[in-house]
Amino acid sequence: MWIALAYILCILSTIICVIYGIVNWNKGDEPTRPEDISWSKEEQKVEEEIQ
Amino acid sequence: MFGQISLVDIVGVILYMFVTAYLGWLGYKHTKSSTDYLVAGRKAHPFIMALSYGATFISTSAIVGFGGVAGLFGMSLLWLTFCNIFIGIFIAFVFLGGRTRQLGHRLDAHTFPELLGKRYQSKFIQVFIGLIIVFFMPLYGAAVLIGGTEFISTVFSMSYGTALFLFATIVAVYVIFGGLKGVMYTDTFQGCIMFIGMLIFLIFSYAYVGGVIESHKALTELKDLVPSNLVAIGHQGWTSMPKFGFGAKEYDLWWIIVSTITLGVGIGVLAQPQLAVRFMTVKSRRELNRAVLIGGIFILAMTGVAFTVGSISNVYFVKHGKVFNGKIVKVINEDKQHVLLQLTKKTDSGEWVNIVDEKTNAPKTIPAVLADPQIKLKDLSPDERTNKIFQARSIAVVNAGGNPDQIIPTYVATAMPKWFSLIFLLTLLSAAMSTLSSQFHTIGTAAGRDVFERLFSAGRANAVSSDTTIFIVRIAILITLIFAVVFGYYWRGEYIIARATAIFFGLCAAAFMPSFICGLYFKWVTKPAAICSIVTGFVVSLFWLVLVKSQEAQAIGIVQKLTGGKNSILADYPNWPVVDPIVVALPISALVLIIVSLITKAPAEEHIKKCFGNSE
Repeated sequence: MWIALAYILCILSTIICVIYGIVNWNKGDEPTRPEDISWSKEEQKVEEEIQ
Repeated sequence: MFGQISLVDIVGVILYMFVTAYLGWLGYKHTKSSTDYLVAGRKAHPFIMALSYGATFISTSAIVGFGGVAGLFGMSLLWLTFCNIFIGIFIAFVFLGGRTRQLGHRLDAHTFPELLGKRYQSKFIQVFIGLIIVFFMPLYGAAVLIGGTEFISTVFSMSYGTALFLFATIVAVYVIFGGLKGVMYTDTFQGCIMFIGMLIFLIFSYAYVGGVIESHKALTELKDLVPSNLVAIGHQGWTSMPKFGFGAKEYDLWWIIVSTITLGVGIGVLAQPQLAVRFMTVKSRRELNRAVLIGGIFILAMTGVAFTVGSISNVYFVKHGKVFNGKIVKVINEDKQHVLLQLTKKTDSGEWVNIVDEKTNAPKTIPAVLADPQIKLKDLSPDERTNKIFQARSIAVVNAGGNPDQIIPTYVATAMPKWFSLIFLLTLLSAAMSTLSSQFHTIGTAAGRDVFERLFSAGRANAVSSDTTIFIVRIAILITLIFAVVFGYYWRGEYIIARATAIFFGLCAAAFMPSFICGLYFKWVTKPAAICSIVTGFVVSLFWLVLVKSQEAQAIGIVQKLTGGKNSILADYPNWPVVDPIVVALPISALVLIIVSLITKAPAEEHIKKCFGNSE
């Protein structure tokens, strides 16, 4: 019974992910703030350093 | 020296490396990495974001290591798949992703240690977490390397040492030529290969054993072939959960599967440094919402397939696996033709002699099913049963030579068509490279930015040159690679891949999770509370690994000296020596965070505004 439950929950949780993704596909867009830009520029420096 | 590697395999791997390199170059030319999207105000496609995250999350450890554990312990591992999808994708993306991104950008944090260090205004936190990553993440790196090596050595019939050298060389070449840049094109390409490879793996596997329902029924029927040492710790068959309870050895397996495999890895993913930083690279919450859809499907196709195929490989092996010769020492189930077979081999003079188990020095026995359907056990006289040599087939772990880490490689080599070996090799190369590159990236930045720069340049402008940091980063990566190779060479067997992964995931969960999650959501968490929580989580985990958890404690060796030869200080208290540190360390770490926050001074209002903005 516990294994069947795990099997079903795996599929159910995937379905939840799919439904959530579809329902919220166009939600949550945010304008790019100055802090996002400055973060990205610093991130590029970090990436240069690691290479 | 290179076993059965064909020209097609070599050409396939070279072609794969070229495509990877080309995509890396293409990404470098147009948009170097995810950050370029942000700088240019563009949006990374959610497909790319999700596959990039998924490819980093899923490694050879999950497919070969945990897949092998499923072959040994059964489908109870599907609870881990559920955690991987629901916690690792849904909870992580929906509840932590957006806030991690916002906090990271507001505080200008670029690594996980830096995020927590800046959130709690503590240099100690940043350096301490950086050191934990530098010292313990290589263990996870070694697990990933062993996963690929076990596959190459088994499928292409070459020595383990040669396979390790070959695999490490391919990884090193990949890392040297730009694997650390986090170019999302390459991650996506690798994610696609993994998805296709695992899908073929599932379809063929079910087809070989008669379909979904038939194979699961057949697997249930094999229940009485579970080896006696596993029955003793609570194994009740591959389609049942182990016996549940506390205080007797027969409950050990339940605690191994639930505490170490499911909780350690399933929850530990939330505080994985290399995964948390990925959330910072997206443009907005919308990309995270969209990535949930693709990520959920991707993880189901990865661990869901690996654990299912690992389990049902037992059905394949008893139907079509290697044929063993031996004498019947016990009839397990007369109707099903299940027996305990004492293995024998034919000498040059034509005489049958017993095969001796090297570890116990006793004749080797295996649970098996008689291979010849014409022979009926009930028709045999007692004399015939004990003196005749029979042919029989056995379960997955027996076919893998007793090493669970070789179950998936042996299954691919035995069951799958030859052309699939190349596809699966590319699947594993993709899984290993995408994970290893992000591990090297995380270790490199932890050593350079979080530890070295914070210790030697704090408060002093230009005290450390960029060249010195780059040198430190490279040394850290080199040492990690060397450690992974040495560890991979000396430690094999006893599902070490899954255990090494679980150790790192559990350690991260106990040490970082309370202060990470509470730091994203609650303003009242104080700096001393975060420090105490992280240190307590780490110390309790380490204490448990060194002195209580028997398999790890035995390998480390200190506990034997303290207890006069026992493998755990709680050796006389059943089940405790198999309980994972996360069960004890995580609640203590969370409790410490709450209590110390209550009795220490609240953080400055100005800093809280900086972290959470004015709106919250």
